Amino acid sequence: MKMTRIFAAAIAALGFAGTAAAFEGEQHAPHEHHWHHDGPFGTYDTQAVQRGYQVYQEVCASCHSMDLMRFRNLGQQGGPFASEEFPNPNDNLIVMQIAASYTRVWDQDEVNDDGDPVERPGLPSDAFPAPFANEQMARASNGGAYPPDLSLIVKARSHGENYLYSLLTGYEEAPADSHLAPGQYYNPYFPGGAIAMAPPLADGIIEYADGTEATLEQMAEDVTTFLSWAGDPHMETRKQMGVMVLIYLLIFAILVYLAYRQVWANVKH
Amino acid sequence: MSGPSTYKPGSGVEKWLDDRLPIIRLGYDSFVDFPTPRNLNYWWTFGGILAVFLMIQILSGIVLAMHYVAHEDYAFDSVQRITRDVPFGWLIQSMHANGASFFFVAVYLHMFRGLYYGSYKAPREILWILGVVIYLLMMATGFMGYVLPWGQMSYWGAMVITNLIGALPFVGDAIREWLWGGFSVGQATLNRFFSLHYLLPFVIAAVVGLHIWALHVPGNGNPVGLDVRKGDAGKKDTLPFHPYYTVKDGFAIIVYLMIFAVFVFFLPTVLGHADNYIEANPLSTPAHIVPEWYYLPFYAILRAITFDIGPIDAKLGGVLAMFGAIGILFVLPWLDTSKVRSMRYRPLTRWFFIFFVVAALGLGWCGAVNPDDYVMGITGFKFLYLGQFLTFYYFAYFIVVLPVLGIIEKPKERPASIEAAVLGTDKA
Repeated sequence: MKMTRIFAAAIAALGFAGTAAAFEGEQHAPHEHHWHHDGPFGTYDTQAVQRGYQVYQEVCASCHSMDLMRFRNLGQQGGPFASEEFPNPNDNLIVMQIAASYTRVWDQDEVNDDGDPVERPGLPSDAFPAPFANEQMARASNGGAYPPDLSLIVKARSHGENYLYSLLTGYEEAPADSHLAPGQYYNPYFPGGAIAMAPPLADGIIEYADGTEATLEQMAEDVTTFLSWAGDPHMETRKQMGVMVLIYLLIFAILVYLAYRQVWANVKH
Repeated sequence: MSGPSTYKPGSGVEKWLDDRLPIIRLGYDSFVDFPTPRNLNYWWTFGGILAVFLMIQILSGIVLAMHYVAHEDYAFDSVQRITRDVPFGWLIQSMHANGASFFFVAVYLHMFRGLYYGSYKAPREILWILGVVIYLLMMATGFMGYVLPWGQMSYWGAMVITNLIGALPFVGDAIREWLWGGFSVGQATLNRFFSLHYLLPFVIAAVVGLHIWALHVPGNGNPVGLDVRKGDAGKKDTLPFHPYYTVKDGFAIIVYLMIFAVFVFFLPTVLGHADNYIEANPLSTPAHIVPEWYYLPFYAILRAITFDIGPIDAKLGGVLAMFGAIGILFVLPWLDTSKVRSMRYRPLTRWFFIFFVVAALGLGWCGAVNPDDYVMGITGFKFLYLGQFLTFYYFAYFIVVLPVLGIIEKPKERPASIEAAVLGTDKA
């Protein structure tokens, strides 16, 4: 219909204006990678999210926090270890096991009768443990650079997953004219090209629990999928509900349009 | 309301109530029997759409406020907790954030409708001015709402906009500190913005009440721009609002909601900025600070003034131009000298209007990019120059085009009445 087209065109035009933020000069545009969760019906590849969690746990977590994540998130609906047996993720055995594998002081305010902080195994309600107590400690251990929190990293970068995947697989030999400070690496997908993160992934550095071959591309794709899920854990529910809402509104629109034709049938306008 | 009331209480209870508080009569006369020109097109449905979106924003906002924490250490996390842990929080947050954009899309289309069909002309000047007041309140509400998630763009956007106040001579610094509640955007700023962001939508609702009141005195304008005739002939020009326009508005509202749903459910973040998923950090300035898309044309006007004008330096000049771009709308009813309302009958002005729309969109484009970049890669043709040209046109449209063309333009012949236009004796 004509009106719908006008609406769509207007919104497209305005949306374009809004998102056309300028892009850094010499930065390479990220690859267009296909993701299982792309598109209006796309769902997360659960196996990939599970493997991606393993990559995060064994590689990324030594420098990067995920402050917004709780262990229970891993077992909630749509999460990598969700199970129909445990509708309450706090009861999920895999989640409990993962949480309990970390023993530490979880909360400085959680004290014993002597007033000392309590060290105990983790519970599903605990947050993912951060590798450093504070920003200063993180910088001191990383040559002055601050590894960003990864909870929202896919949403917090333009081009989201594609950027992250390109970055993780995009390390190159530095060109002769680049001026890298000690502790910097060349990555043309990173703004400015000089990144303080050493190439984090290489073929075979971990052994996947499900036996998948741990190639660089495989791990980059898996961990990106995991981080994508972590940033948007309700995506599947959201898309499913969206389809139902649109079907409902479409039927409603048709009925109201027919009513409109009926009401105006004998009126010149 | 225009014309005598035709409400007849249908039951004893309604009669009893009508003698004491004639509220049903008010509703009946305003939204059921209200005589509405029979030739309104779909551009007239945005008023109803806007009413729906004001309600969506208020209702979703009240729920969000139940979970939001207005504290610089917790605001960012609390919004994340809403989308992650509050039941359907992801839905409510997405509706509220995208609802703001759809509210502005509708208000811009509503305003362009008014500009094209001369809705601001006598006897609807007050109606128009109230509309501009609502628009200003929406801008303030939207700006403060965008600060609340306390992401990088929230913080730095607030910094840029509040710093504009500092451009005012003599009193600028003092007013800016008073707005901040300190010496920078911080806890005090966030807290008061939250308070005002909660207050202003109710002020908007009140002004919307006045807007509708002012609408119902002269009644709706219409695409041919003719008045409804007096007396019985007027009946042939109009239809009762219900069912004719309730069903037409209803259809438009549902179609608009469908487009809204596509964004809420499938593209919830495309209208936002990636940097706002990074928590506010006063020590790290983003590479490009851009406001929400609905402010971009005004942002481009702000940045277009790069030169001093006599005693006014470039910064103050930009601020004055930006506020002037909205301020000029208040006096628009007296700038347009033409007696003809609808642009359908103004062959020359029509083209200037169409280019005005293009200029507004073009300014939005200029506002989104770095002013030193080249337009479509054409060397030397900076976005800055395009923005300056379009800013010039924006003001010239109001100050030169409308006053002059109203005098020199020869309008096309108009139909005798709305009825005549509808019956096809007129094909304009």
